[in-house]
Amino acid sequence: MLGPTRRKFFAPGTALTLLLAAGTIRAAASPAQSPSSDDCLACHSDKTLTTKRGARTVSLFVDGKKFSASVHGSLGCTACHADLEGKDLPHSTPLARIECGTCHSEEQKQHSHSLHGRAIARGDALAPHCVDCHGNHDIVPVSNKESAVAPLKVPFVCGRCHREGTPVQTNRQIDQHNILENYSESIHGEALLKKGLVVAPNCASCHTPHNILPHTDPNSSIARRNIAATCTRCHAEIESVHRATIRGELWEKEAHVLPACVDCHQPHKIRNVFYSQGMADADCMRCHDNEQLKAANGRSMFVRAAEVDGSIHARPRTQTAPIACSQCHSEVNVSRLRPCETITHPVDCSRCHEQIAQQYQRSKHGQLLAANDPNAPTCKECHGTHHILDKRDPMSATFSTKVPELCGRCHREGQKAAVRYVGTQHEIVQHYRESIHGKGLLKSGLTVTATCTNCHTAHMVLPRTDPQSSVNPKNVPATCGTCHHGIEEQFEQSVHSRLVTTTNKDLPVCSDCHSAHTIRRTDETGFMLDIMDKCGRCHEEIAKTYFDTYHGKVSRLGYTKTAKCYDCHGAHDILRVADPRSHLSRANVVATCQKCHATATRRFAGYLTHATHHDPKKYPFLFWTFWGMTTLLVSTFVISGMHTLLWLPRALQMRHELKAEEAREEAARLNGAGKPGGEEGQYAD
Amino acid sequence: MPTDLDLPTPEQRSAAIDLRSPERKRPDREFVRFSRLQRTLHACMIVSFLSLATTGLTLKFSYTGWAAILSRFLGGFQVAGFIHRTAALLMFGVFVTHLYSLVKLKKREHRSWRDFLLGPDTMLPTPQDLRQFFATMKWFIGMGPRPQYGRWTYWEKFDYFAVFWGIAVIGSTGLTLWFPIFFTRFLPGSFINVATVIHSDEALLATGFIFTVHFFNTHLRPEKFPMDTTIFTGHMPLAELKRDKPMEYEALVASGQLEQHLEEPQPEIVVHTIRVFAWIALSIGFSIVVWIIYAMLFAYK
Repeated sequence: MLGPTRRKFFAPGTALTLLLAAGTIRAAASPAQSPSSDDCLACHSDKTLTTKRGARTVSLFVDGKKFSASVHGSLGCTACHADLEGKDLPHSTPLARIECGTCHSEEQKQHSHSLHGRAIARGDALAPHCVDCHGNHDIVPVSNKESAVAPLKVPFVCGRCHREGTPVQTNRQIDQHNILENYSESIHGEALLKKGLVVAPNCASCHTPHNILPHTDPNSSIARRNIAATCTRCHAEIESVHRATIRGELWEKEAHVLPACVDCHQPHKIRNVFYSQGMADADCMRCHDNEQLKAANGRSMFVRAAEVDGSIHARPRTQTAPIACSQCHSEVNVSRLRPCETITHPVDCSRCHEQIAQQYQRSKHGQLLAANDPNAPTCKECHGTHHILDKRDPMSATFSTKVPELCGRCHREGQKAAVRYVGTQHEIVQHYRESIHGKGLLKSGLTVTATCTNCHTAHMVLPRTDPQSSVNPKNVPATCGTCHHGIEEQFEQSVHSRLVTTTNKDLPVCSDCHSAHTIRRTDETGFMLDIMDKCGRCHEEIAKTYFDTYHGKVSRLGYTKTAKCYDCHGAHDILRVADPRSHLSRANVVATCQKCHATATRRFAGYLTHATHHDPKKYPFLFWTFWGMTTLLVSTFVISGMHTLLWLPRALQMRHELKAEEAREEAARLNGAGKPGGEEGQYAD
Repeated sequence: MPTDLDLPTPEQRSAAIDLRSPERKRPDREFVRFSRLQRTLHACMIVSFLSLATTGLTLKFSYTGWAAILSRFLGGFQVAGFIHRTAALLMFGVFVTHLYSLVKLKKREHRSWRDFLLGPDTMLPTPQDLRQFFATMKWFIGMGPRPQYGRWTYWEKFDYFAVFWGIAVIGSTGLTLWFPIFFTRFLPGSFINVATVIHSDEALLATGFIFTVHFFNTHLRPEKFPMDTTIFTGHMPLAELKRDKPMEYEALVASGQLEQHLEEPQPEIVVHTIRVFAWIALSIGFSIVVWIIYAMLFAYK
């Protein structure tokens, strides 16, 4: 922090000293001569001497004591800073990069061919030069524990770049993760870092110090063919204990047909456990072929050999040799009569399926397992045990058409996953079967149709509230877009997309309109009518006004022939009406009307599709027409209603009199039957 | 404006009476109030009006479950729309036929327009109607006797002209909604919205008025309850004429023309059929009123 200020203060003084010193040298030795180390230190022993490199301030201080104690102490500065040879001091800056290869030609050659050297050649700013590992003026022999590349320090030197989260680890193609952590927990790391065994292998022991190459490079120390040689540099006798594969030289000569060390002992994670490749399957089957074999708790321990032989592990994609029993059922001890008696842990698939295991651990299923929940499904709940098949195998329990049943085992209503679920989705499996995806998969047999795992992922199943979940609203468009890519493209341009609209309100995603498990064909009446309510969930006011118009009223009656929201606004490509690309922009609206009203004109398009007579500000003429009509209606009914009500008592009275008169006439007729009536009587009945 | 248009001439009538039974004098002859054409037009009007109301209200009250059921029952909104338009054409037909019959009658009777329109039996409102209106009000509140009504009472005239108004307002807006593309050639698009409001509310007024006020005035009035079949049979008992339209009766007696307006009753089967038809029409009308009240008061959105 003090640097710049101090530098400013001292700079004139320093410059003067330099000039004086230079003058003296020049006067003393007239013909140009290389500056001695003392000459250099005249300036560079100043701890405040700095320079700017780009935005960085770099110290130019050289500790003379350390330098003279270093392996290069006997050499002059110009031995390395060759460009200062015969130059006057003070020298111009910057100096050329040191060429260590001038002396260390072999190392330099290796380094140039290595991953790091090639990165330098590419101009990769992150690529390490000699000084990045070895330091500069204070280089001491590797045997000195002060050395920057002393065995104990190597993991940290490498870790500077190959730690999680560094630019190298995040921005460069590196397949391994948590390298430093895994190493420090591995048997090698423990030996080196905890027990201080400096002979324990560090990074450079396997990767070599300078000739670092990717494992795909056949010359790499960690290439499949070379790995055995690399390991046997320490584990010299390992082949003689590797019963199944030894036969002397097989391991090195026919490495391609045999598992390499790292197939069992994963790089960086080499554990302090006994992996017995030497335990042949036949040894296991000697006991486990017995159908009657039972564990102490009564569980059958019978293994059907045919199942194992038919499984994907008998023909793994990544290697030619089948996976042996003991690769999964580790902890066996071949020196025991019953090698398996030392097994204390269940099979850990993550030894090979590391990435999947990481996903699983992140998933809800994995979280439950971590919480020791008895309901937590582990690998075998879905994949089975000995008869695991490739998911593309129609017989596999994880084949797409079988996935709904598989997940349904727990997620069907009443089952263990469904009973603990508190969300809004119910009858998931049944609904899925009736959905367009379910029908496509199960009725039409389209194995590419989305099934549970396509949306929820197979291993990283997370509740939708988790931001990393594939069904989190934020991720839903991308999830659906893996199949419905064209729709996703449209949607991401639309006003509903998070990429277009920024709002603190919830924006709709695919599932808000199409639902999740009950997705229907969009040309079904039910879907077409529902969608208006779906739009209305957010656009409440405007949806109401739609239902005041002819279009809305007919839709409300249950018919789909009239315009619904998406007929005018578009479905996935909804844009603001003001947007010139919108279906309802001035340029497009007539064409939109013409989809149904073939002869529609611009003036016809002036029909107010969302007009309501309840809004005096927006639609005053409709408002006043409505109230004018209502006034007419009400006044007519009030006047005629009063007329009627007033009439009623008189009318009742008339009816009364009429009845009485009729009764009188009837009586008179009965009394005087046959008597001629009056002229009126003739017509009276 | 006399409306006993197609009454047989006195010669025809006496011949008919003679032909039936010269010796047996039918005691139960009835007064002929409406001609066959008028009765037919009224029946057509009922069919058309009920169809229009039912199909139209399914749209107006589309938010009620009833509307959806009814719309399905009618065969969907397109069929309902077809029925609505057909019924509208029938209504226009009734209207035009009526106007044409008036012109024809005027010609046949060789009367001047002035006499035709302002004669004693005119359908047009007259000062006498105003006087009778006030007299009726007095009668209602017990301050006077029942007025001596003539052939057409003021409320009947009101009903009659309400139809003219209704056809003009509902008909014109209805045509706009029927042919929106044509009408928006010279009207702004938002006029369709205005037409919708007018059409719908005026129709509500018409149905509401007919099925309550008109029904009461003619059928449900206690002295006529439950139904006055005059408009269907065309006949009305003479006693009723004397009681209801004393002025007309007296005028007919005074001019000695009463006999010409009497006819023997319709055959029993005709009267029976008419009653069934009228009951169906009344029931539909009442159901619609119930539906309107439910939709307007309990389900309004």
